[in-house]
Amino acid sequence: MIAELGLALLWLAASLALLQFASGLWALASGDGQMREQPAAAVRPAAVMQGVLAALSFCALMYLFVRTDLSVLLVASNSHSEKPFIFKLAGTWGNHEGSMLLWATVMGLAGALVALVERRLPENTIVATLAAQAFVSLGFYAFLLFSSNPFERLDPVPQDGAGLNPLLQDIGLAFHPPTLYLGYVGLSVAFSFAVGALVTNQVGPAFARAMRPWILGAWIFLTVGITAGSYWAYYELGWGGWWFWDPVENASLMPWLAATALLHSAGVLAARDALRTWTIMLGVVAFSMSMVGTFLVRSGILTSVHAFAVDPERGSFILVLLAIYIGGALTLFGLRAASIQEGKQFALVSREGALVFNNVMLTAILAIVLLGTLYPLVTEAFGTRVSIGPPYFNPVGAIFALPMMVVMAVGPLLRWRGDRAGRVAKPMILPALAVVAVLVAALVLAPGIGILPLLGLALAAGLAIASVMPLLGRNLRRTPLPVWGMVVAHLGLAVVVAGMASESAFSTERLVAADIGDSTTVGPWTIDLAAIDPVAGPNWTALQADLQASYAGGDPITLHPQSRTFTSPVQTTSESALATRWNGQLYAVLGVQGEDGRWQLRLWWKPFVPLIWLGGLLVAFGGALALVGRIASGWRRQSSMRRIAERREVNSLPQRRRAK
Amino acid sequence: MSTAVHASGMKPKHQRLVLLVIALAVLIGAGLLAAWALRNQASYFYVPSDIASQPPETGRAIRLGGMVQQGSIRRQADGVTIDFTVGDGAATVPVRFTGIVPDLFVEGSGVVAEGSLGPDGTFVATNLLAKHDENYMPRELQDMSDAQAKQVVAETE
Repeated sequence: MIAELGLALLWLAASLALLQFASGLWALASGDGQMREQPAAAVRPAAVMQGVLAALSFCALMYLFVRTDLSVLLVASNSHSEKPFIFKLAGTWGNHEGSMLLWATVMGLAGALVALVERRLPENTIVATLAAQAFVSLGFYAFLLFSSNPFERLDPVPQDGAGLNPLLQDIGLAFHPPTLYLGYVGLSVAFSFAVGALVTNQVGPAFARAMRPWILGAWIFLTVGITAGSYWAYYELGWGGWWFWDPVENASLMPWLAATALLHSAGVLAARDALRTWTIMLGVVAFSMSMVGTFLVRSGILTSVHAFAVDPERGSFILVLLAIYIGGALTLFGLRAASIQEGKQFALVSREGALVFNNVMLTAILAIVLLGTLYPLVTEAFGTRVSIGPPYFNPVGAIFALPMMVVMAVGPLLRWRGDRAGRVAKPMILPALAVVAVLVAALVLAPGIGILPLLGLALAAGLAIASVMPLLGRNLRRTPLPVWGMVVAHLGLAVVVAGMASESAFSTERLVAADIGDSTTVGPWTIDLAAIDPVAGPNWTALQADLQASYAGGDPITLHPQSRTFTSPVQTTSESALATRWNGQLYAVLGVQGEDGRWQLRLWWKPFVPLIWLGGLLVAFGGALALVGRIASGWRRQSSMRRIAERREVNSLPQRRRAK
Repeated sequence: MSTAVHASGMKPKHQRLVLLVIALAVLIGAGLLAAWALRNQASYFYVPSDIASQPPETGRAIRLGGMVQQGSIRRQADGVTIDFTVGDGAATVPVRFTGIVPDLFVEGSGVVAEGSLGPDGTFVATNLLAKHDENYMPRELQDMSDAQAKQVVAETE
């Protein structure tokens, strides 16, 4: 019954999305530019109801997974009654159909939120925005109902489920996909706002201020999702790397790059009413990238742990959706771009100039990642199989990323509209000295250091110092939260780059075959293999090494890397063991036992590697500070406008004129 | 882009055009750079008979796919280096790998080795990709798992 109820709720949500789209269209389609009141009045309630119904449908699916209702095909093929509760719950979105339903649900809830809280823009812009949102949702509902029904029944009912891929049986699964989806969906809301503003000729600061919290929210979730995904891959795969330029990773990085550019460009539009067309264009690009990401991951073109769908029909369905969305958005942009009036002007050396420079750099990096991700797909269509990896992405991306860091250091100190380069030269002396000092120190202490890690370390030091300079001379208690957010996020990026550079320059690796009782060293660590013991978990058994690791002769700590064998389905995975110190991480992996009885051990000492993820969280925290600041000032603006309106009603006519 | 540079001696329209041209030039430059780098840095997929007929330059990153030959896996004294041969029915290539092999790496099964050809004709692998389970395996292996090695050659040509 629950499965049928869930399906019925999904159909209802889809019909409300249709109602939302159709009444929005009808309301706006009158020739004289006036909005029809009656159909427009239906749009907001429809959006709210659609969100509620989609959420209920998703709850029904979660309930089926928690109960392990094996009469439902999706549950039977992805779950197992002996799985721990948290993975039963997270298993709801650890598969193709469930994750698509999560997409539609999050999107419906986002639309409901827009309908409930957004009162700043003209009503016709909101109607157009919600109609665009409903149009995007409709594609996903059609995809779910016609080719990916999560509630399909199974007959006869099997004895037990097929289980969940053990690589996914990790706490990361509970957070990583929903976080990224919130980011993708947030960008779709930003896109809907862009469409709404484009259709109703409202591209201006008010539109940018309404769109900005959504971009910020999406950007925070993408940042957290990418950071968490990177750390998850780092400890779960046991390969010691934190980023593999895997197409699926790129699929999450590309929307982030576009969102970062969009965030800064919307900032210029909100503050200075410049970059109007560019902001709209970036809104279209950011949403397109989140759709390309979904397409790459969900179409089955890529084979990876993320790619659940291998059904070609589904791949074609998503491809058609992608073509409609991106093609439609670009067509609309092409038709309406000419109607956007020119924004305010600014000088080359100005805050705007720096932001434009970095926007172009971010877009160039985006293009490079996109080309590198799609190139193997294109060549494969012509029968040649290639793979593109770090030798392409790292240097080519760095050509644009390094100048971007330089401008990032200077930009926040520049004034809006126009500035003199000489005015910021003095505060830049200290960061420049830091860059030189790190360059010299690295070349003296580590002569063999690669050029990219060297530049990365030096620029990170300079950027870290420069990023806090906007706070100099300010009353810290009166400094607005968005400024704090910018400082923290820029500092976070410097921390990320420092971690990346340090990991790539100073990591040491040791691969040994060890008997029990043997001792080995990696970096400053001495590691003894004390024992190998069998251990058992709820649905796995494992061989566990007992490693006694001591840092520079200090007290030993114990590490337990495992080689785990899951029972349902049968699969062996390596569970790495980590020891974190303030100055780095020791990473241990247990391999197989050789014929001579020795055990393979792979050990890394990675100085300052946790900075990568700490920095990522710092970037996200900066975004959160800015978001809180923006929402608070939005409320203040709204309530003060309401007070003015009330005063106008109370006061008599002449005073009202004066108030204007 | 609706931006304009407020520099001396230029009309706003011209300034806006200059900025647009610069932005486009950077993006086209990025695209050309990417195209050039892609051609040079792409790691091509080879089967042993490709290596026999047209060997890649030594040191260039490639991927080698084929079947691990029966009885060919030999472990070195250090306990972490193995030698084996990969064949496709027509030719074989000796491979050396130092590291922890994937769980399903066994003789007679398919493997994709990432690495480069050494000067002595041995393929030095930096990474081995084997089938993980039914749901996750290297793309090249999907076609090879049940097919015989000769079909691999037909598929990739």
